[in-house]
Amino acid sequence: MRPEILLRLEAVGLSVRGRALIDGVSLELAAGEIVTLIGPNGAGKSTLVQVALGLLAPGRGRVWRKPGARIGYMPQRIVVADTLPLTVERFVTLGVPAPRARVRATLAETGAAHVLDSPVQAVSGGEMQRVLLARAMLREPELLVLDEPVQAVDVGGQYELYDLIGEIRHRHGCGILMVSHDLHLVMAATDRVVCLNRHVCCSGTPDSVSRDPAYRALFGLEGAAHVALYHHHHDHRHDAHGDVLPSAADAPLCAHEHHHAAEPPSHR
Amino acid sequence: MTALLDDFLFRALLGGLGVALAAGPLGAFVVWRRMAYFGDTLAHSGLLGVALGVLAGIGEGPGVLVVCLVLALVLVALQRRKQLATDTLLGILAHSALSLGLVALAFVLGARIDLASYLFGDILAVSRTDLGWIWGGGALALALLAALWRPLLAATVHEELARVEGVPVLAVRLAFMLLIALVIAVAMKVVGILLITSLLIIPAACARRFARTPEVMAAAASLIGCLAVAGGLALSLSEDTPAGPSIVVSAAALFLLGQLLPARR
Repeated sequence: MRPEILLRLEAVGLSVRGRALIDGVSLELAAGEIVTLIGPNGAGKSTLVQVALGLLAPGRGRVWRKPGARIGYMPQRIVVADTLPLTVERFVTLGVPAPRARVRATLAETGAAHVLDSPVQAVSGGEMQRVLLARAMLREPELLVLDEPVQAVDVGGQYELYDLIGEIRHRHGCGILMVSHDLHLVMAATDRVVCLNRHVCCSGTPDSVSRDPAYRALFGLEGAAHVALYHHHHDHRHDAHGDVLPSAADAPLCAHEHHHAAEPPSHR
Repeated sequence: MTALLDDFLFRALLGGLGVALAAGPLGAFVVWRRMAYFGDTLAHSGLLGVALGVLAGIGEGPGVLVVCLVLALVLVALQRRKQLATDTLLGILAHSALSLGLVALAFVLGARIDLASYLFGDILAVSRTDLGWIWGGGALALALLAALWRPLLAATVHEELARVEGVPVLAVRLAFMLLIALVIAVAMKVVGILLITSLLIIPAACARRFARTPEVMAAAASLIGCLAVAGGLALSLSEDTPAGPSIVVSAAALFLLGQLLPARR
């Protein structure tokens, strides 16, 4: 049986003052699956996440979420005002009330049990990511949406956190949509990658995306070479100009030019 | 009790304590949500509410409540257009509303107007009817705040996260504005429209150092507000100073004193 679909975007677009933040994005996420959005700054990753969550209404296209699905969300950055006295335990239970033992167990699962009683303003950036993940997990989500889950985490911790996210998927069977700007970091942790630069440049398995010319054009050859070093199987065909032809349905060839990477990343 | 209520000083104390109890927890949210200037703007519109309330024959308190609410809605609508920064909008609304109120009041009440009592409060003239209004309105505000506590706290910490988790953020925000309007209408008699914000934020700011949970901070703010009222009235009585400003001075003194004491973190 095919796993249940949790989220479906159909040709979703959103423009602000005539400027397209995202355009014609289609995406599907099933239970037990991890899909990662990657793309440069200003590519519309967070916008797309907010549209998928219903925080922003799409200007065009359709957004469908499984009715009544419990959603866990980890926003990109959270700063709690110093004026608000709040322990991590209270912060975590703001999403859903839970007894202390369960809060402790959930924080232990995400590796942040030691900050249970700390003021939420006193935890480090990496600890805060784990606390946010615990808050999302406490809701027993069917759909987990993580916006840049490893930011403010040191490199070793980043791999560890992605491992943890992969484990969570296996243990709880939830579908996970996450945002990253670094393909080689998430390669092991994700089933499918959607490379976004306002529109979907390419999508598919991490391997196929890393070899996709659209991806290479977007991130520059250096970034692509970094990945290619580890995955250099030549399994696609070239046309007369040396461009890669699609070899599988999940690695479509882009019909348009890709020079977005040179644009200033000032807009979000 | 009846004999005590005949004493203007007792009525003043009772009125002040009622306002301080309600203003404490609400003020804590004003501090957490960085809405001090917003509260100030609503309070500035109080005078317009007095004038319109008298004109419409519904009384001062309800007039203030209605005008504060309308102003809050106007502000939310203007904020959505995003053409001007919020502090600019607040500045425009605060001073326009205050001036409009002064003009309207001159029309409605003419020469009978005792402006100082509206601007700085007239706690020593609190009547039994005022007491009913203060304690009734204050109790209502606290009851509503208690019912709203969890979702309001969640929305205060992170609005988008709260929305994903199912909090009706817009409704909660509007309800909170209603509460602020209610407390302003209730507190006007005691400290006047120009000083109301101080009764919201000074006790809450003072309480921050001694609280480890939001609830303790809210309760401590109420307590500190009550101390400020008692201290201010005592000062007013012994030195013959204006009562409203004396209450604010005593709140400020408590705040300074609080900074000297060791904090709990």
